[in-house]
Amino acid sequence: MEQPLVEFSDIYKIYTMGDTEIRALDGVSFSVHKGEFLAIIGQSGSGKSTCMNIIGCLDVPTSGTYLLNGTDVSTLSDNQLAEIRNEMLGFIFQQYNLLPKLNVLDNVKLPLMYRGLKDSEQTARAMEALDRVGLRDKCRHKPSQLSGGQQQRVSIARALAGSPSVILADEPTGALDSKTSREVMDFLAELNQNGNTIILITHDNSIAATAKRVIRVHDGKIIYDGPADGDDIIRSTVLSQKEKEAAI
Amino acid sequence: MNIGKTLKLAISSILSNKMRSFLTMLGIIIGVAAVIILVSIMDGVTGQVTDTFESIGMNNLSVMVTSRGSTRAIEPEDMYALLDEHSDTFSYISPNVTLNAVIKAPTETDSDTGSVTGVDETYDEIKRLTVEQGRFLQYVDVSKMLKVCVIGTYYEQEYYGRGKALGETIRINGQPYTIVGVFEEQADSAENSSDQCLYIPYTNASKMSWNTTISSYTAYVTNTDDIDKATSIIKQKATELLGSSDNVTVIATKEILDEVSSITDTLKMALVCIAGISLLVGGIGIMNIMLVSVTERTREIGIRKSLGAKKKHIMSQFVFEAGTVSGLGGILGIVAGIIFSTVAGKLLGLSVVASPGAIVVAFSVSVAIGVIFGFLPAKNAANLNPIDALRFE
Ligand SMILES: Nc1ncnc2c1ncn2[C@@H]1O[C@H](COP(=O)(O)OP(=O)(O)O)[C@@H](O)[C@H]1O
Ligand SMILES: [Mg+2]
Repeated sequence: MEQPLVEFSDIYKIYTMGDTEIRALDGVSFSVHKGEFLAIIGQSGSGKSTCMNIIGCLDVPTSGTYLLNGTDVSTLSDNQLAEIRNEMLGFIFQQYNLLPKLNVLDNVKLPLMYRGLKDSEQTARAMEALDRVGLRDKCRHKPSQLSGGQQQRVSIARALAGSPSVILADEPTGALDSKTSREVMDFLAELNQNGNTIILITHDNSIAATAKRVIRVHDGKIIYDGPADGDDIIRSTVLSQKEKEAAI
Repeated sequence: MNIGKTLKLAISSILSNKMRSFLTMLGIIIGVAAVIILVSIMDGVTGQVTDTFESIGMNNLSVMVTSRGSTRAIEPEDMYALLDEHSDTFSYISPNVTLNAVIKAPTETDSDTGSVTGVDETYDEIKRLTVEQGRFLQYVDVSKMLKVCVIGTYYEQEYYGRGKALGETIRINGQPYTIVGVFEEQADSAENSSDQCLYIPYTNASKMSWNTTISSYTAYVTNTDDIDKATSIIKQKATELLGSSDNVTVIATKEILDEVSSITDTLKMALVCIAGISLLVGGIGIMNIMLVSVTERTREIGIRKSLGAKKKHIMSQFVFEAGTVSGLGGILGIVAGIIFSTVAGKLLGLSVVASPGAIVVAFSVSVAIGVIFGFLPAKNAANLNPIDALRFE
C-alpha cells in the first residue's frame, strides 16, 4: 500500500493549567492518504484545531509520532518545518488570516515569495490561483474592500498558489453565511476531484457531509472514523435537510 | 525576498503610521542634525582661526629677547650671521622694532599717535606684503638710515587720498619721512586694521626708541616642517651669545595654530559626543517602538510563519524596518542639519559648509543605530512560536 501523507500514531497534546490537565488530544491515531477528502468533526473544544495545528506543523504534540510523507516531523529543524509549511501545506483559516496592508495579489504571492521564486513567476502563479477562485479582477483590492466570502476565496487562492500536497482548512465556513459556505465547500470538493488532498475541520454536520471520510473527535479522542454517510449524526442531519428542502 | 520588496514593505509599514514613525525618528533627526550643525560650525570656526593665523604667516618665527640689564644682546649682525650659516632653514630674518610715535601729515593740522615698525628690506617677503605703488624698503635705506617709509592704505586714504601719497612727506616724531611705497589694501583701509601700518628702516626706529638694543626679530622659515629645528637653532645661538636661552622666547605661528587646532578639535569631539547621546536616545526610542510593533503584529508574524516564512525572513523584515526608520530619520536630520548650519553660519558670520564627511558618517551611524537597536525586537519576532503567534489576540 502507498505511504500515507499524514500518519498520527498515539498523539497526545496535553495543556497543564495550574493543577488541571487538559487533554486536547488524548491518544489519537489515524492516517490520511493522497487524494482523500477528510472532515474532522466534533463539538467546540473537542480538540479539532489542536489536531490541525499539529498536522500543519504549527504546533508539536506532547507525545506520539507524526510522520508527514514518511518523515518524523519531530526530527526537523525550524527552517525545515518552515519549508514544509511553505511547500507541502496550504492553510485556510476561519478568520481568513489575510494581511490587511497588502493587496489581494501580494497576499497570494506571500508563500511564493518565501519560497524564493522570481517576482514574475510569483505574479504569474498568484494570478493563476486568483483565476481559479474567480477573483482575478480584484487583485489590486485590499482585503478590507472584499466581502467575507471573497476574502475566504483569496485565502483559498493563497493556499492553492503554492500547489501544496495537503490543504488544511480550519472551519473555513465558520464566518460565512450558508450560501457562501456552500460555494466554498463546492469549491473544495472540486479541488478534491482534481486530485488535491483536503483535511477539513468543522463542527457543522451538514458541512462535513461534503467530505468523503469523517473523523469524529470528542474530548480529544476519536469516536468515529469512516465514510461520511456511515456517521449517524451526519446521516440524520443530511436526511432532515433533504426533508426540509422537499417541504419547500 | 529581494531588497526592493523588503524596502517597500518597510516603507509602507512606516507610512501606515506616519505620526508614530515621525516621533520615533525624532530622536535620530535631532541627533543627526545636531551632529551636522556642530561639526559644520566648529569647522567654520577652525577655518576662520586658521585663516587668521595663515594671514599672520605660518612660516614665521618671532624671536623676543628680554635682556634684563645684561651686557650682551643679540645684535642684528648675529642674526644675519645665523641666517648665512643656516640658509637652508631660514629664508629671511629681519629685526623688528615697534614703537609708538607721533605721526603727522602736512595736510593735517592735528597729529595722531600710531604704531611705527622698523624692519629691514626683507620684511615684505617675510610677511608676504605686496606693495602696490612705489617700492618697499631697500638695503641702502636701512644701511644709510634714509628717512623713507612705506605706508598702508589707511594712512594713504586718511591723509592724502587714493593714489596721492607717493612722494609725499609724513612726519614721524617730528622727522620728515618720504613715502616711497603704499601697500595693497587688505582690510577696506579700516582704522586699526592691517591697513593702518607704517614701516621704516629698523636702524632709524631703533635710534628713535629709547633702548637702542634690538630685542625682537621675525624670521621666515623656508619649510614649515623645519619650525622646530629653526627654533632650536635660535635657542642655541642665544645660549652661545647670552650664556643661556632663558631670556629668549621663540614663538612659532604654526605651533600656536597647532595648539588652537588641537583645542578646537577636542571641543568638536566633545560636542559631537554630546550630540551623539541624542542618537543613542533615538536608537532606544526605535527599539521601544519596534518592540511594541512586534507585539502588535504578532498575528501578522504568525500568518507569515504559517505560510513558510523562516526566522531569517521575519528577522530581516524587522531589522530592515528599523534601519529604514532610522535611515529616513537620518536623511531628515541631514536636511535639517544643512538648513540650520547654513542659517547659523549666516548669523555668526562664519563660512559654514555642512561637511560631506559628517553627512556620510551621520547617515551611516543612524542606519547602524536602527539596525542595532532593531535587532533585539526582530529576534523576538523571529523566535515567536507560530501557533502562539497565530492565536495572539
Ligand atoms: N494554548 C492552550 N492552552 C491551554 N489550553 C488549550 C490551548 N489550546 C487549546 N486548549 C484547550 O484544548 C482543548 C481543545 O481545543 P481546540 O483544539 O481549540 O478545540 P476545537 O478546535 O475543537 O474547538 C480545549 O479545551 C481548549 O481549551
Ligand atoms: Mg477550533
